[in-house]
Amino acid sequence: MSAKFLQLIGLAVCIVAIQICTQMTDSSYYLTQLTMTAYYSLLVIGLCMLIGYAGQISLGHAGFFAIGGYMSAFLTTHDFTAIKGEPFVAFLSKIGVLVVRKDVYGGELLAFHSWPACILSVCTVLIVAYVIGGPVLKLKGHYLAMATLGFGIIIYRIVVGTSGLGAADGISGVPGFTLFPGVVISGKGSGRILNYYIAWGVVIAGMTFLLNLISSRVGRALSAIHGAEDAAEAMGIPTANYKLKVFVLSAGFAAVAGILLTHFNGSIGPSEASVMKSVRYVAIVAIGGMTSLWGAVFMSLILNYFSLRGSFGTYDDAVFGVILVLIMLFAPDGLIRRQILIDLKYFFRRFAKKEAAL
Amino acid sequence: MELLFQYIVAGVTYGTIYAIVAIGFNIIYNTTGIINFAQGEFVMLGGMTAFTLKEYMPLPLAIVSAVIITMIIGALIEMLFIRWLHKPSVLRMIIITIGLSILIRETALHIWGEGVTALPYFTGTSLSSVNLGGVFVSPQVFWAVGISSVVVVLLGVFFNFTLLGKQMRACSANREAARLCGISTQNMVTLSFMLSAAIGALGGCIVSPITYIQYDSGSQLAIKGFTVAILGGLGNSTAAVAAAMILGILESFSIWALPAAYKDVVSIAIMLIILFLKPSGLFGNAASARLKEY
Repeated sequence: MSAKFLQLIGLAVCIVAIQICTQMTDSSYYLTQLTMTAYYSLLVIGLCMLIGYAGQISLGHAGFFAIGGYMSAFLTTHDFTAIKGEPFVAFLSKIGVLVVRKDVYGGELLAFHSWPACILSVCTVLIVAYVIGGPVLKLKGHYLAMATLGFGIIIYRIVVGTSGLGAADGISGVPGFTLFPGVVISGKGSGRILNYYIAWGVVIAGMTFLLNLISSRVGRALSAIHGAEDAAEAMGIPTANYKLKVFVLSAGFAAVAGILLTHFNGSIGPSEASVMKSVRYVAIVAIGGMTSLWGAVFMSLILNYFSLRGSFGTYDDAVFGVILVLIMLFAPDGLIRRQILIDLKYFFRRFAKKEAAL
Repeated sequence: MELLFQYIVAGVTYGTIYAIVAIGFNIIYNTTGIINFAQGEFVMLGGMTAFTLKEYMPLPLAIVSAVIITMIIGALIEMLFIRWLHKPSVLRMIIITIGLSILIRETALHIWGEGVTALPYFTGTSLSSVNLGGVFVSPQVFWAVGISSVVVVLLGVFFNFTLLGKQMRACSANREAARLCGISTQNMVTLSFMLSAAIGALGGCIVSPITYIQYDSGSQLAIKGFTVAILGGLGNSTAAVAAAMILGILESFSIWALPAAYKDVVSIAIMLIILFLKPSGLFGNAASARLKEY
């Protein structure tokens, strides 16, 4: 049995243990934040793949998250009754893509079923990522950072400025995501434990996929690109192609995270698209050690959880800023890695030597 | 026709502030090769500090003090966070400066709160205007354009005719060679941070009466400033001024066609298009651009 597999089982055991702990201490309300944390973690591991393994920074991932979330929210809440007669709409409702359901006021509403809305949203994000990824990933360094940042701001501005998307209020009243009859992703108290397991199940599935990807031909190609792009190119690795694929993949992770979290929360607001969110995700990846999926998951679990619980108070953003600066100054390779022990030993030995020299 | 001129005047006013932020970017970029993502925060700090200080002293003195204070903050940031890094990677520098910008912004939030602040108009009030053949222009616009022009000319003189300026340019041309000539490259980097902080702060004071400043104005300005710096070609300050005017005017005309909420979308889309098509900038040289990595 490979170490990879054991680690995944370790994560699963942790997840179960946390749930049992909350059950025993009668504090299962913590699970709500832990579920939200799981969805953010899903985005973070996708981003980790892009930053750490392909070496491409993105300051616009909250944009993909928001496109996914907003689109799914819009499709499942927008009432299509007015254009019921259109042949295309009639066709959609006939095959079950559009369903009639009751809105919060008890009125009837003809809207998208959550599955087709989800698939449509993910596809949209993938297409957007593919279209902008082509030219964006040709850029390097500052130019890449600014281009992705620009993309994020554009999405934010569009979301805030469009009244159809609720402008500054966002979209609320989003129905739960019916995975299959009886299993619904929603924030209802009764489904709390189920939702907690669904969310972390999705994360574990994502991790399994990415870990396998890393130790495959693709993963080795990516680490070659990260190490020396020109050398990788000379060895016959289609670098541009690989970078684009990882970019699209990580955008897909962000989209799924956005969609599921929106259905779980029952709403989405423009703050999800803000630049600060994108920076947070990058911060978590950086603290986790850039090239460590496990570090990313672990740091995401801790930081997102405490942030969602409101432990940092009004210093929420400041905490992320401080962590970002400190980590990049003193431990640019991240905190969670085996190397840190060796470094510490090195540091103390040098320290001792200096004292001896004095 | 008069409306057209009003749009142009509004565009030039915004263009001026973009130009100032872009020049700040360029100064640091030229000496260090770093894009300082916290550049917009210097503008915000300048405007906010001057607003607080003007309670205790006359306006011109408050502005001068605000510029000096921001300059000191710029120097401190460089000395504390950047000076001692040994050959940092670009990714690392991007993340550090982003982190710094968050820290400055959050500190400002806790000092000044969320409210908007505005300095009084340098001459006249918000209602006074100068009639230029049917077009009414606020006197503050003349101040903004005038002071910015003076700054650009002074910078030109500084970089071309003073020893210090020449040393800084040597630093950007070839750091190793500059060091071999006995130039302290580290001090030059500190100086470049001070200079760009000071220019940013001055810009913040000039526009504060027109656009208002609040704790999170910085990032907005930073992205615009970067757009302009890219449009003009990174590192080229004269071109940045021209590009700033173009962007300012385009933006003000965009309100004509699109809802005002999408104003930023237009300018950022312009930046993306330029980055994709001609990353050396509108006035960049295609031949020399081929040698650079973008």
